[in-house]
Amino acid sequence: MKLYEYLAKEIMSKAGIPVPKGMVARTAEEAESAARALGAVALKAQVLAGGRGKAGGIAFASTPEEAKAAAERLLGTEIRGLRVDTILVEERLSIDAELYLGLTVDAGNRAPLCIASARGGMDIEEVPVKDIVKVNLHPSWGLGAYKARQIVRRMGLQGPHASKVADILVKLYGVFKQYDAELTEINPLVISGDRVVAADGRLNIDDEALFRQEGVPVIEEGTEIELRVRKMGLSYVELDGDIAVMANGAGMAMATLDILQHYGGRPANFLDAGGGASVEPTARAIEVLLETNPKAILINIFGGITRCDDVARALIMVKEQRGIPVPVVIRLVGTNEEEGVRLLSEHGFPAYKTMDEAASRVVALARGGGE
Amino acid sequence: MTVAIIINEKTKVVVQGITGNQGAFHAAQMLAYGSRVVAGVSPGKSGQEVHGLPVYDTVEDAVEKHGANASVLFVPARFAKDAAFEAIDAGVAVVVIITEHIPVHDTLDIMAFAKEKGTTVIGPNTFGIISPGKCKIGIMPNQIYAAGCVGIAARSGTLSYEVAQSLTRAGLGQSTVVGLGGDRVVGQSFVSILKQFAKDPDTEACVLVGEIGGTQEEEAAELIKGMNKPVVAYLAGKSAPPGKRMGHAGAIIERGRGTFESKVKALEAGGARIAQLPWEVPALIKEALGR
Repeated sequence: MKLYEYLAKEIMSKAGIPVPKGMVARTAEEAESAARALGAVALKAQVLAGGRGKAGGIAFASTPEEAKAAAERLLGTEIRGLRVDTILVEERLSIDAELYLGLTVDAGNRAPLCIASARGGMDIEEVPVKDIVKVNLHPSWGLGAYKARQIVRRMGLQGPHASKVADILVKLYGVFKQYDAELTEINPLVISGDRVVAADGRLNIDDEALFRQEGVPVIEEGTEIELRVRKMGLSYVELDGDIAVMANGAGMAMATLDILQHYGGRPANFLDAGGGASVEPTARAIEVLLETNPKAILINIFGGITRCDDVARALIMVKEQRGIPVPVVIRLVGTNEEEGVRLLSEHGFPAYKTMDEAASRVVALARGGGE
Repeated sequence: MTVAIIINEKTKVVVQGITGNQGAFHAAQMLAYGSRVVAGVSPGKSGQEVHGLPVYDTVEDAVEKHGANASVLFVPARFAKDAAFEAIDAGVAVVVIITEHIPVHDTLDIMAFAKEKGTTVIGPNTFGIISPGKCKIGIMPNQIYAAGCVGIAARSGTLSYEVAQSLTRAGLGQSTVVGLGGDRVVGQSFVSILKQFAKDPDTEACVLVGEIGGTQEEEAAELIKGMNKPVVAYLAGKSAPPGKRMGHAGAIIERGRGTFESKVKALEAGGARIAQLPWEVPALIKEALGR
C-alpha cells in the first residue's frame, strides 16, 4: 500500500526526520491561506504516481494569490490518469544539493537493502551505478549509526551535512522497520543552507502487514470492482477484452491470458482465485465476472490447494441463484477432480481436460462461433 | 537409488498446523502419496491424533520422539514466523512454508535465522517439493507426477502442475520438482536449485517455470551457460500489462530487467530452449535429450 507524500512525511517527521513546513489543501482557498502562513511555496499534487514533477504536478508560487491560482489549476486535473483532490503546500526551499536515500527489500539477497546517492533528484534512475551506494543489512542488527556514517562516507559527503544525513538515514531505517515498509525513500533529500530536509517522501507499506499497522490510514488504489474483489482476498485486475477469466494461481492466471491471446482472444480481466478459496468466495468471484458483461467466461483450474469440487459447487451455486447468460468454458483438473467433473456434468457443464482445448473453445464462443 | 535433491525416501516429515483444515487435508494427501509423515504439531493440542498421527505442542517433540528432519507449515500468516523459527531451532534440515500472506519483514527474519542455522527453507507461498515415488511435502495433486530424469523448478504452483503433468503423459518422469514460492522473498531461487540439479545424478534435464517480474530468470541464464545439462524454460506473463513498479528503488535494482522480453533474451543467450506454450515443454526436453 502506497501512502500519499503528506502522510509519508507526517510519519517521517514523527520519527525525527526534518521535513519542510507545510499544510494540506483541498481547496484553492486553503492553498491561499497556507501560502499566507508559509511565504513562497511549492504546491504538490498528492497522487500515487512517480514522475509527478515531469507530469506537471508541481507548481511554485511567491504570493498567496499566485498560490490560489496554481491550486485552481492543479485541483481536479489528472496526473498520469489519477485525479488530484489534495495538494501539499510547502515552504519553498533553496537547494544547494539533492541526495537520494532509500530502504527496500532485496529479494535476491533476502535482506533489507539501503540505497544512497549524492546524486538525487528527479533523474535518480539515470544515475550511473558507480554513483550509487548499495548496502545489504541484517534484519536483526539493522542500520546502526556507524553503518550510516560508513554509507554517507561512501556517498562522498563530508562536514556537518554528513552527520545530519547519517542521522536521517538511521531514522529512516526505523520507519522502514516500524511500518513494515516494502520501500521507503527520500528523493530528494535537500541540502538547503545548513539544513538537511526531506523534500519528498515515499512510504509503501507491505499489504500483508496492515493487520498490525493500526493507525495507518488505508489508501485504496484501483477501480471499484478491483477493490471489491481484493476485499474477498482475491487478486483482480481489469483489462479491456471480452472474455472473463478466472484461474487459480497468479502464474496460471497470467499463462491463461497469454494463451487466450495466442488464440486471438481478448481477456477482460486477470483473476487469481487461488489459495484454496472455498465455495462461497469463489461464487462471489464468478458473480463479479458476470458483472463485466463478457461474451464468454473461461475458468481454468488445476487444483492443488484449491479443490475442484469446491469450484464446481461455486459455479452451480451461481447458476442456480441467478443464472449465467453467457457461455462458460471450464477446465477442471487436480485435487478432487472426479467429484468436481461429476457435479458439473449433472448440471450441464462439460469440463475440459486441457487448457489448450478450453482456450480455443472459449475464443470461438466469444466470436459467436457455434455451440 | 536414494539420490534426489533436498528430500528423499528417508525424509521424516512433521506437519505444523495439522489440526487446521488445510493441515489435516494435506497431511492425509501426503500420507496417501507415501511420504513418511511422522507427527503433527499444534500448540495446545498435544495428545490428539489426526489420521493416526500423534499431535504435539512443539516441533522438538516430533524431532526427539520420531526423528523428524523436515517440517511443513500450514500455519496462519501471523503465526508463521514463530512456527518457522520453532522448526529451524528444533534442528530440522528442511522447512517448507506453504502459508501465504506472510509479512515480508517476517520472512526476512526467517531467512536470516535459517541462514545462521544452515536450514533449507522452501517458500513461503509455495506448493512444496516432491521427489516422485520417494517423498512429497506440499499441496500438489498426487496423481500427476512420475519418477524420472527431469528436474523442475517453478515460481508458480499451478503452472508447474501443468508442466509436470504434460511431462508425465509424454513418458518423462521427474527427479525432483521444487516450488520456489510466489512471494517477493523466498528461500530458494532458480540458481540455488539449478546448482543442485547440476550435481544430481538422477537429473538429466531441467525445466524452469518462470514469470515476469524480478531478476531470477536473468540470474539463472548466467548459470545455464556453464551447465552440462539441457534447460527448457516456460515463462508466464507475455501478455500482461506493465505490472506494479516498486518505486525508484525497485527500478534501480532491476535496471530494466524483469520483463518477458528481457528474460527470454537472457535465457536464450544462456542456451536454454524456450517453450512458447506450457505443453510444448516435453517435446523440447525430448529434443534436448536426443530421444
